[in-house]
Amino acid sequence: MTLAPQKEPESLSFKNNMAEEVVLLDYWPSPFGTRARIALAEKGISFIHKFEDLSNKSHLLMKMNPVQQRVPVLVHKGKPVCESDIIIQYIDEVWNHSFPLLPSEPYQRAKARFLVDFINKKVHESSVKVWMGAKEEQENGKKELLEWSKFLEGELGDKLYFGGDVFGFVDIALVPFYNWFIVFKTFANFNIIETECPKLVMWGDRCLNRDSVSKSLPTTDQVYQAYLEFKRGWAHG
Amino acid sequence: MGEENKVTLHGMWLSPYVKRVELALKVKGIPFEYIEEDLSNKSPLLLKYNPIHKKVPVLVHNEEPVNESLVILEYIDETWKNGPRLLPEDPYERSKVRFWAAYIQQVMECMLKIFTAEDQEKACEEFYEKLDVLEDGMKKMFPWGSPKIEVGNIGLLDILILVAFGACKAQEEVFGVKFLDPQKAPLIHSWVNTLLELAVLKETVPPRDKVVSFLRAFKERSASAQAQ
Repeated sequence: MTLAPQKEPESLSFKNNMAEEVVLLDYWPSPFGTRARIALAEKGISFIHKFEDLSNKSHLLMKMNPVQQRVPVLVHKGKPVCESDIIIQYIDEVWNHSFPLLPSEPYQRAKARFLVDFINKKVHESSVKVWMGAKEEQENGKKELLEWSKFLEGELGDKLYFGGDVFGFVDIALVPFYNWFIVFKTFANFNIIETECPKLVMWGDRCLNRDSVSKSLPTTDQVYQAYLEFKRGWAHG
Repeated sequence: MGEENKVTLHGMWLSPYVKRVELALKVKGIPFEYIEEDLSNKSPLLLKYNPIHKKVPVLVHNEEPVNESLVILEYIDETWKNGPRLLPEDPYERSKVRFWAAYIQQVMECMLKIFTAEDQEKACEEFYEKLDVLEDGMKKMFPWGSPKIEVGNIGLLDILILVAFGACKAQEEVFGVKFLDPQKAPLIHSWVNTLLELAVLKETVPPRDKVVSFLRAFKERSASAQAQ
């Protein structure tokens, strides 16, 4: 079953020839796919959006990403770019005329990359514990997420976004997982960050109000339905 | 010249992740101070510079810390633009290098499992599968046969490949596993051997007997930890 977006994205336009050049192989509920969508939207890039049925992956996906066989894959002029953080950097480097997603200064870039690596490892791993773990592991996952949230709150400080005044790489990397935290409120009784990390919550609200994010993010219900489907498939092997 | 541009590397002599940074600094000709950390008794300075992971390597430049080896390598490349560039200029080629850099990470994690796992056979199977994929990927990346290696042109993948596989013979001696078979992975095997010939890289390889005795002790500690 392929989950389609709630509303038709504006980018699915064939008027612009450039759209033929950029294709995104995607899966709507995926936080990694969401990242790629947000980055493309921030840059105003037209693209063809192809959604995968993960239980029956397309020939195109297998050809474009034979190593990892997963989404997202950005196909630009027929050439594939895989892994969401690599895709965002590629987009930033090719469409470099406006709206930079990474800071220009090397030390700030290193900080951004470090935080994205942290999100990819720690935030993702602990989130999976909350989704998939038995009671005790789920509790451990929640404790870890609180610890990571406090760390991220410290890194954010009083800034609007992680990079300063401008929405960018780290914000894009984190916001789909912040979306998961919203689901975790009802799913796993994870609502500590409102009291413990108020700045992060304000950051989250700020991001969710951005056009590129609101049109790219799956709803919490779509996220939860995808989890149920995944668990059903996983249970059957 | 005062403390401006001072570069310090906090490391552990056998850590492959530290080696990556050491090689990058040497290849770029960047002078640096090396500080050996005792990982069983981490210094307050290390904990201050890397509070979240508490790991080496940490590169400190002008008193600002940079953590995670791949992040450090890109930082070095973007800050010291003289000398060989570690990553290609073209964005698509860069994305391929970044992709394989992340994949090499997975290969190294498989190697670590071989050093520590109870089911060594299963760990080896996983490793050889990933090595096959890596060999195949490198063949596609260098369809003319092998990467063109020159002293003035050492790049990110050269460094990562050398560090991942450079200590194979010592590892084979201790763990009895042939990590790099010239029949199974001819491109990578010849690539590593060519890199080991270059003086600038050779001098960073620790002496074999030191590596062997460290790995033997590591193996014994792992085995007794599992037995408990």
